[in-house]
This record gives sequence, C-alpha cells and structure tokens, in this order.
Amino acid sequence: MNKETERPNRPALSLHVPEPDARPGDEVDFSHIVIPAAGSVSRPDIAAPASDTHDLVYSLLRVLDDEGAAVGPWDPRLDPETLRRMLRDMMLVRTYDDRMYRAQRQGKTSFYMKCTGEEAIAVAAAHAMDRDDIFFPTYRQQGLLVARDYPLVKMMCQVYSNTGDPLKGRQLPIMYSDRRHGFFSISGNLATQVPQAVGWAMASAIKGDSRIAAAWIGDGATAEGDFHSAVTFAGVYRAPVILNVVNNQWAISTFSGIAGAELTTFAARAVGYGIAGLRVDGNDALAVYAATAWAADRARSNLGPTLIEHFTYRVEGHSTSDDPTAYRPQGAGAKWPLGDPIARLRKHLLLIGEWDEERDAALQEQLSVEVRAAQREAETQGTLGNGHYEDVGSMFEDVFEELPWHLREQRDEALGK
Amino acid sequence: MTVRNMIEALNDAHRVMMERDDGIVVLGEDIGYFGGVFRVTAGLQKQFGTSRVFDAPIAELGIVATAIGMAAYGLRPVAEIQFADYIYPGFDQIISEAGRMRYRTAGEWPLPMVIRTPYGGGIFGGQTHSQSPEAFFAHMPGIKTVIPSNPYDAKGLLIAAIEDNDPVLFFEPKRIYNGPFEGYHDRPVTPWARHPAAEVPDGHYSVPIGKAAVAREGEAVTILAYGTMVHVALATAEAEGIDAEVLDLRTIVPVDIEAIEASVRKTGRCVIIHEATRTAGFGAELAALVQERCFYHLEAPVIRVTGYDVPYPHSMEWTYFPGPARLGPALRKALED
Repeated sequence: MNKETERPNRPALSLHVPEPDARPGDEVDFSHIVIPAAGSVSRPDIAAPASDTHDLVYSLLRVLDDEGAAVGPWDPRLDPETLRRMLRDMMLVRTYDDRMYRAQRQGKTSFYMKCTGEEAIAVAAAHAMDRDDIFFPTYRQQGLLVARDYPLVKMMCQVYSNTGDPLKGRQLPIMYSDRRHGFFSISGNLATQVPQAVGWAMASAIKGDSRIAAAWIGDGATAEGDFHSAVTFAGVYRAPVILNVVNNQWAISTFSGIAGAELTTFAARAVGYGIAGLRVDGNDALAVYAATAWAADRARSNLGPTLIEHFTYRVEGHSTSDDPTAYRPQGAGAKWPLGDPIARLRKHLLLIGEWDEERDAALQEQLSVEVRAAQREAETQGTLGNGHYEDVGSMFEDVFEELPWHLREQRDEALGK
Repeated sequence: MTVRNMIEALNDAHRVMMERDDGIVVLGEDIGYFGGVFRVTAGLQKQFGTSRVFDAPIAELGIVATAIGMAAYGLRPVAEIQFADYIYPGFDQIISEAGRMRYRTAGEWPLPMVIRTPYGGGIFGGQTHSQSPEAFFAHMPGIKTVIPSNPYDAKGLLIAAIEDNDPVLFFEPKRIYNGPFEGYHDRPVTPWARHPAAEVPDGHYSVPIGKAAVAREGEAVTILAYGTMVHVALATAEAEGIDAEVLDLRTIVPVDIEAIEASVRKTGRCVIIHEATRTAGFGAELAALVQERCFYHLEAPVIRVTGYDVPYPHSMEWTYFPGPARLGPALRKALED
C-alpha cells in the first residue's frame, strides 16, 4: 500500500466467507434449525394472490407430526392405498440405489448417485401430479421414474451403458431420459433444465393445453444464471410450472450458505420474483404431496408458477466419487432432526392401522428380489467394460436428423473403411 | 414475385411459415409490439397475436432455454437474439443443450428451433454490434449454421431453417439488410431494389441448407465467402479484372464440400474471406479442408482475408472491415506463379 492508496483512520475491509457449523471432527448440531409444529402453517386458497404465501416461505410446511399423525390444513387426506404405494416406491428407490451403488463399487459401472433421504421429494411429487405432466429433473430424482413404473431393467441398462441402454451408451450413468414417461433428459450442466421447463410450460399455455411442467434444482445450483432466468420468465408469463428447489444442505462439499442460505430461505426467492412460494419438510411425504398438489392446481388454473423449497438433508455423498467425511462430520445424516422419509411414512401407516411390520418385511424382501432379478437381467446385456454398448456406427447418428457428409466420412474412418 | 430488401424477405418468411404452421412462435427482445430493432418481425404480433409473437426479457439465456423447452413440447420457436454479440449468455444452452439433445436422448427429443441474429460489421457498431461468432457454433456438434447473402436466399433459407428438425443458427448480415455492400464505404449506398436477388417469390419456397451457390463462375481463382463478403468478393474480382469464381457458401455447417472441391480443382487457387477474427475462424477450417482434399490441384497456398484478432474497433471500422483494398492484393498474390 503506497501513499496514494493509504486511507488513514478508515477500518480495513474484510471478506466474509460463510462456513458450515460443523466440520469433520466436530459434533453435528442441528439445534439452530427452526422446526414449527406440524399443521401450524396455514393453507391459502390456490387462487390466492402470490403475496399470501410470502410469510409461508420462512416457515416449514409439515403434515406428519413427531408421532406420525397427519395434522393440519395441509393434510392431503390420501387413501391408504396411495400411501402404501408411495411407501413402496420410496423403498424401491432406496433398494435400487443401494444395489447400483454397490455395482459401481464392484466395477460394473463408472459412476452412481444415490438420493438417500430425498426419496419423498420425487415420489410424492410424482403421485401428486398427473401422469401426462412433464418432469424436468436433476440427477437426484430417480424416484420420479420409479413412481411412473419405468422399468428398472432399463434404468440399470443405462447405468451400465450396456447393449440394452435406451440411450446407446451416450450418457453418463444415471442421466436417464424417457419421453413416454414424461421424464426429460438429465443434463450434467446444472440448472439448465429449469428455464427449459418454463419454456415447455409456456408452450402448453400457448397451445391451450392442460398439462403442466415441474422442474427440480439443488440449493447450490440456484446460484446459476439459469435459475434466475427461469424464475423471471415463469413469473412474467405466469407459466404453469412448479419450480422445486431441493435444499439438501450440500453441493458436493459446499454447504448451502455459499448459495445464500445464511441470508434467507430459498423459498423466499419467490417473494423477490413476485410468485407464490412454499417451504416444505422434504422428508414428509404427505407435505411434499400436499404442496405439489396445491401448486399443480394453481398452475392448472392458469394462475402461474410456484416455487417450492424442499428442506431436507443429503444423507450420503454427492456421488460414488465423493466421500463426505472429508468435509462434514461422519453420520450427520442420521442426526437430521426431520428424520427419514421412509421411516416417517411407515410410522404414519402403522399409526393409522394400515400397515404392519410383517407386511413391511415382506415388501422389503419382495423389492430386494425384484431389484436383484432386474439386475441379473440387465447384466445379461453387459456392464461397463464388459459388454457395454459399442456400436461405432451409431456414435455418429442422432447428431442431426440425417447424417451429413462430414459425419459420414468420420464414421467411415472410425469403422476402418 | 415482389421486390424485397433482406428485412422484408425475412419478415415474409416468418409470415408465410406462421400462416402454414400454427406451432411456430416468435420471441426475442423488442420483437413483439415494436417488430424488432431491425423491423424483421414487424406486423407479426398484430397478425398472429401475443401468444405467438411476444417480447422477451433481456435474457439471452432465458430466450434460448425457453425456446428449447418450447421445441421439446412440440412447437417450432424462432427466437431472435438482438445482436450476435449478445449470444454468449445463451451459449451454454445452445452448445450443451440444444446441440446435444437429439443425441443424448437417442432421438426422442429433437429440437426443431431457429435462433436468428444480426451479425457482422460495416456499420460503425464497434465491438458490441459487429461480431461474427459463427466459428464457435461450427465447432460444436448438433448445430446447423446458415448465413444468407441476399433477400432471395434469406427468405428461402429461413424457411428451410424453420422447417429443419435440427437447431439452426441463422446469422443475418446486418450491413446488407437494406442494400448490398461491396466494401466501398465512400460510395453512395444502393438499395436492394435494383439487385436481381431482390426478386423474392411470394408464398412458400425454400433454399436448401448445406448447398452453396456459385455467385460468379470463373477460372482463375476460387473465392469462398458468405454474407456481406460475397458482395465484396464480386466487386473486387470485377475491379481487379480477375476471373474469379465466387462461391457463396450459404451454410457454414454442414458446408457444401462438393461445391468447394469442384471449384478449387477447377481453378487451382483459393482465397477465403470472412469478417470474423482470423485465428481459428471458419476460414481456418475451410483452408484445412481445401488443402486436405485439393492439395495436388493447388498452384498456390490458400490465402485467408479476415478480420484481425482484435476487438472490433469503432472509429477504425474501415481499417478492420475486410474490403476490396485487402481482398484485391490477396487475389493478386494467389495468382502469382
């Protein structure tokens, strides 16, 4: 600092860098998290002005209380069959996740991402929306496919990039895509799907259709410009879209404070953009269902978008390439004050007398058998490095509708012609 | 048949196609009520309504991304980026999403969309209104890039682009929106009205994507050009008394390699001209193609006449702009030996 830049008597500035409460070796302490009583958040009419939701975005919408009872105005009053179906879907997602994670560790594929602890966010949302609505997911909403009965074998084939892979070995594992199941192609670039979902919803509105779109994005990724564009366009055009922010507290090793969580909630962005917002306990399947149904009804009534923050915890690592004990205390997920989504829905079903331990054990066994059988079948078509998709000619197809001369030449060269 | 300048031709392309297909929607900044800062979309909102022609926020990212979503739904969006210089906020969506969607969904989600944008210099637009970014898009898979040089081609190519089921980037040479420009900045501006390529058929027709046009037949040297540079090439050949064959590429990707090969094999000499910056500009790709495929027919090295590797200057427009003063010597050099 020379004489020209010296500023005597003025305090030096310093940069604030948000830090998580606990690092490896620390005791995890979630006591600062404000958890309102279940049923305490009011439920505005779906046609209420957006501003009527603007204090809800600082609270937490909960239906299941600590005893497992469904309480309050947001209780979706679902029939037991639907509840059992949601439980089954979540259990299947977790069983599938465990198996595919192990498959990666066994060298059968290069990469896998689990959604442990976040199963309700996808499964309950899928059940609350119509079958022909479209989803624009991230890589952590595999529950959407399971809820829509997408064949497990096909999912596994994609993960293995084998000869049965509907995507012809072109995508990284878990980057599923299926038009008939309304599951838009997963991109490795974060947040890109959110404004795309808004565009799809705008198109539906332009055409006088009745289908709506839903997008998902993580807390960390909301910092991307795509998110800002998406919410702006969604609000401006009153697009029939549900914008789900899955706040699982972590973006690889980066806690949510780096994306702004110290300042306000993610749901509160709705206030700034002037759209409806809700903040939901993402581990409460009934709350996720109820919030999604509210937003879906609102969108279908031509009243525009809703931003829903699902407050949850990423129990496992970011992916098979990540060991979270490197940046957060071990076992933090088990201490999450809002519990586990599967355990909580199970507890609710037990409480209302629509489930029992025997059936639960039988279901888990059945799902394990189902997953293992699907895996065996998928593996007959190969795994990565052992019979994976290898059709050189097809590598040049689908870049364009038709093969242009330069790709034809490159293909011939690759084929050794 | 109507005499039209390039703007009117482009406007007519929109109109003709939007009357045929109600899945075509138009969005961009100032394109709705106002009809676009260059008036290309004038009258469209009035005719087709605000659901199909509407103004977008100043967000190139959002314009491109929502257009992708609309195409995924099944519409055919024609999105305007107000100046090619502003395309970069939408670059990730174009490259990583639009260009790859058909491929990564194994053909389940094609994206029939057009992104059209005024590009190029010669207008004292400085570095934020004069750029030619076509090379970025040529380099990435899944994007077709089209550049017309006259009203007839502009309408026909835009119709072809709209009908194409792949994403098409449509660069419009803004310097020649209203009249051809040969690079003689001190001469009076001529309108399109007196040019044969201003005779634009009414109704529907299309010009094929991927096909170059021979703007001038010749034997002495091949000039590869597109956009405004086609007119510079024609004027320079005439002024120099050189029997040049001028190839108007019209499509950058997929380029018409057969036309290029046929011409260079005939003339044995090749000069490439583009406004875009020199290093790794599309001319580099063309030069590589020519020397790979026509080496034994070449009598001289391939020469590139290009913009300089500097931000596009304002006051020194005519120093930067590749005009006859630079193309002439390049042609003469190519003819040495």
